[in-house]
Amino acid sequence: MAHETKKKFTPRLVKNAAPAKASGRSVELAGWGRYPIVRGNERQSEDLADITRDAVLTRGLARAYGDASLPPAGDRNVASSVLADRLLAFNRNTGIVRVEAGFPLMRLNRFSLPRGWFTPVTPGTHFVTVGGMVAADIHGKNHHVAGCFGEHVRSFKMRVADGAIIECNDENHDLFRATLGGMGLTGHLLEVEFQMERIPSPWIWEESEQLPNFETVLERLEDAGREWPFTVCWSDFLVTGSNAGRALLMKGRWAKPEEAPAGLPQWRSAPTFPIQLPSWALQTWMMRIGNFLNYTKHGAAVRRHIVHPETFYYPLDVIREWNRVYGKRGFTQHQAVLPAPHTHRRHEQYLRLLHDLRAKVFLSVVKDCGDEGKGMISFPKRGVSYALDIPIDQGTQQVVDRLNDFVVAEGGRIYLAKDAFTRPEHFRAMDPRLDGWNEVRRKWDPEGRLKSALSVRVLGDRA
Amino acid sequence: MNVAFLGASKGMGRALARRMAERGDRICLLGRDLEDLKRSAADLENLGATGEVGVTSCDLADTKGFAAALAAAKDALGDIDTVVVSAGAFGDQEALEADSEARDRLLTLNFTNTIHFCELARTMLLERGGGRLCVFSSVAGERGRKPVILYGASKAGLSYYLEGIDHKFHSQGLSVTVVKPGFVKTGMTAGLDPPPFAGEPDGVARDVLKAIDRGQPVVYTPAIWQWVMLVIRYLPRAVMRRIGF
Repeated sequence: MAHETKKKFTPRLVKNAAPAKASGRSVELAGWGRYPIVRGNERQSEDLADITRDAVLTRGLARAYGDASLPPAGDRNVASSVLADRLLAFNRNTGIVRVEAGFPLMRLNRFSLPRGWFTPVTPGTHFVTVGGMVAADIHGKNHHVAGCFGEHVRSFKMRVADGAIIECNDENHDLFRATLGGMGLTGHLLEVEFQMERIPSPWIWEESEQLPNFETVLERLEDAGREWPFTVCWSDFLVTGSNAGRALLMKGRWAKPEEAPAGLPQWRSAPTFPIQLPSWALQTWMMRIGNFLNYTKHGAAVRRHIVHPETFYYPLDVIREWNRVYGKRGFTQHQAVLPAPHTHRRHEQYLRLLHDLRAKVFLSVVKDCGDEGKGMISFPKRGVSYALDIPIDQGTQQVVDRLNDFVVAEGGRIYLAKDAFTRPEHFRAMDPRLDGWNEVRRKWDPEGRLKSALSVRVLGDRA
Repeated sequence: MNVAFLGASKGMGRALARRMAERGDRICLLGRDLEDLKRSAADLENLGATGEVGVTSCDLADTKGFAAALAAAKDALGDIDTVVVSAGAFGDQEALEADSEARDRLLTLNFTNTIHFCELARTMLLERGGGRLCVFSSVAGERGRKPVILYGASKAGLSYYLEGIDHKFHSQGLSVTVVKPGFVKTGMTAGLDPPPFAGEPDGVARDVLKAIDRGQPVVYTPAIWQWVMLVIRYLPRAVMRRIGF
């Protein structure tokens, strides 16, 4: 979400029907975690090809938590794709879709569900663009069976660093795999073509259960993955003792036609969280109570029901701009995958480390990942992923450093789309694929024109 | 509806055309950039527009092409019962004061040429026994205001013209809808801090489509701008001289 400076409204000249020469404005930009904040000259236009000509980066709905969607410091030109949102092609027989890069997932879902199709992979929010889904090579509750979004991308059109616009697929360019998960650093995505998934009904059959401790979380996640296409655990990392890491396990599949309600799911408009709370407003004890209530109200029995896909996939989207609850300080998410096999020792140590660090993990999601995909530096690999929401304070850098020490030692890696604090030496140690990716990147961008605040911080790009 | 639409490839026009497509209207797009229009046409066809969405070249700066463009749209649709004009120019007051060429261009596009197009459109609609003409004006035309003097003047003139043809031709079956948007979050206003009551293009589209269907002569959108402008219209001149709004 862009965090913009207050400005008085003054109209500016926009010539009718001409390609929009959006002049851009210097504004403060931030990701979903509201940290860091960088000034950038953000330009918006329906003509994305035009505004990417001299931009260092393209950003979509800015749902990356940290600095992945931010330009380097120094008021650099950054293109916003959100007005490039046309549905260019949809084959209702094959489910092949082509969209402009700013096409939002929310619109895609509302379009495709009644037509018997759904995105093959979805993240935990539908306020993302398809271009962003490629750039982060997003994964979802079905990663253990469907892989990342990039596995389903057929081709894309992008403007590369020298200004050329190319159509790119897995056969004709090494750039294809470098772009999946490449955080927008290999070129400006303009259009994306991908394969949708045929669904038997527009409803989800969900089953959920309590898991009393972390040992059961690991066991049940693995078991559930053998039977269910969608699995995820909401875990409580604030509780200590024998219940540490207790969780609710959610499993789902598309409902069969005979199970599904007769009508289509009705889309609801989400209210916006109206104000930015003071940074002190959300306290650990409140989250302990919230987590306790969330866990206990579920009850010990297994619950089974038909749910709206929005309820299943996007529970946090019921309130827009919920990140305001963290206040001006903002928050970060440390998402790391610890590789298979799922040994209890490794995960117990991770839990103990969080406890020793007194990390304020307000929200945590645990998910088992499948194999690595096509993306040269995409995040997932076979193992267990921990996504931990942590409010930012003076100790956050140290917490992330210590967590990353552990992740490096265990052969894991972190997700750049969530990151704001990882040091370059940690990331390099986590990902031996980096050199190969950099080689492709430099081949296409020898002068280093494309960059972001993240690439300067983590990858050593010159600002 | 069978709609000839000038200005559907951007902002509020794009949102309105999408609403029309989703309910199955037949649409022909008029605009300057044919390649871009084809992409918008594909978008609308995918969303549910009935039949092929036609595209035809029409530059608001070139009045000579208007008649041919409307004729081509009629050929594409068979019959046109609705004409929408959301194209127009927007101007920074300071820049317009400094640049006579830009000033002339804005006044010509928003007033003279838009009216020229509307005259052809309403003639065509009246020949078939009536129809709907929907044109985007602005709340800026409600009162002379410091930040939008020239832009507001062009829109005020346009609004008066549209009100006049409504008075004269309503009995002959012409239904005129003047759209008066307040601040709407589009590419044009990107980077500006939205004032209270700022609208979204899709919300504007919903209001406008409802107004067209009802034959409502004027629609303020978001609706609260009707009351905001009511207050502004009656503010004493001494107050208007002092405030920056």
